[in-house]
Amino acid sequence: MSLSKQHEMHKRRFSRNMGLGLVLAGFVALVFGLTIAKVSNEDFAVPTDEAAE
Amino acid sequence: MSDASLNSTPAQTQNPDAGFGDFFALLKPRVMTLVVFTAFVGLMSAPVSVHPIVGFAAILFIAIGGGASGALNMWWEADIDRIMKRTRKRPIPAGKVTEGEAFGFGTALAGISVVMLWLATNWVAAAILAFTIFFYVVIYTMWLKRWTPQNIVIGGAAGAFPPMIGWAAATGGISVESVLMFTLIFMWTPPHFWALALFMKSDYDEAGVPMLTVTHGRKSTRLHILVYTALLAPVAIGAAFTSIGGPIYLVVAVIYNAIFLKGAFDIWRRDEDMAEADAYAVEKRVFKHSLYYLFALFMAILAQASLGAYGLGGW
Repeated sequence: MSLSKQHEMHKRRFSRNMGLGLVLAGFVALVFGLTIAKVSNEDFAVPTDEAAE
Repeated sequence: MSDASLNSTPAQTQNPDAGFGDFFALLKPRVMTLVVFTAFVGLMSAPVSVHPIVGFAAILFIAIGGGASGALNMWWEADIDRIMKRTRKRPIPAGKVTEGEAFGFGTALAGISVVMLWLATNWVAAAILAFTIFFYVVIYTMWLKRWTPQNIVIGGAAGAFPPMIGWAAATGGISVESVLMFTLIFMWTPPHFWALALFMKSDYDEAGVPMLTVTHGRKSTRLHILVYTALLAPVAIGAAFTSIGGPIYLVVAVIYNAIFLKGAFDIWRRDEDMAEADAYAVEKRVFKHSLYYLFALFMAILAQASLGAYGLGGW
């Protein structure tokens, strides 16, 4: 079989890989957004060594 | 599966690589819409405002947790899904996703959703989400569903938790209001489902799942619908006098509960001959109303919360 020939299975794999890629990209964007939202909160304070003790 | 599988035997081609949509179908997207809507109302009606991104993340991870429950439910029920006509086209019985893949997918999403909800909001919301997944998968799916005809009553609790999780995501706790929203869905589920069971010819019996219509008969099911609807009304109307209620909610709750009660009474008065004579018209009408009922009451809670921001909310 020619390697260039597209099988229906390849389309399914492509859809899954593309979907997963978009989900991961969305997840990264969401974690970034959450970080910005949390650190820009008025109550946010960087933990200090004293506070940990 | 490697490319060699292109020339595989028919037995192997029953499980070809699943597409993205097949995995998405494992999440029971239609059930997820109810989870998203009620969790959103729970979050918005809470007296504490949350950052939009935090709120979005909370709803997303609650939805993913609900989806994970759906995937694990399909994994466990693959045997009966193959028997029943309604479920035969689900990804596992259709041969698109293997049982192992569904289990791995569901377990991974369950873990991710709980941990991420904890990080995005607080441990109370994450703990309730974890309990919801456990309750739906272990208590309902694995234990109660095939054991007792009251399965839908107790199992309905799993679908009632999302507004409580939304509320906890905003406030970090549990309150009378969030418990009332839980009770509202919990008491609504049995009459909603049993009205459907009366006119839907289901093959649950063939699959060995005890349903009230079969184990106790249709007359008893009709009485159960009336009793649960009568118990639901004071809960639904009582919520009007808490911080999530108000005049708009009270009017909506009184009207929709009156219609629901009238429908439940009509169902109770009828017997099978009368129902068959008009092709279960009343049962179908009550089922349809039950869908509008939940949507209207939660929309009214949302309306009260939204108007509250402009000083036009509760009492």
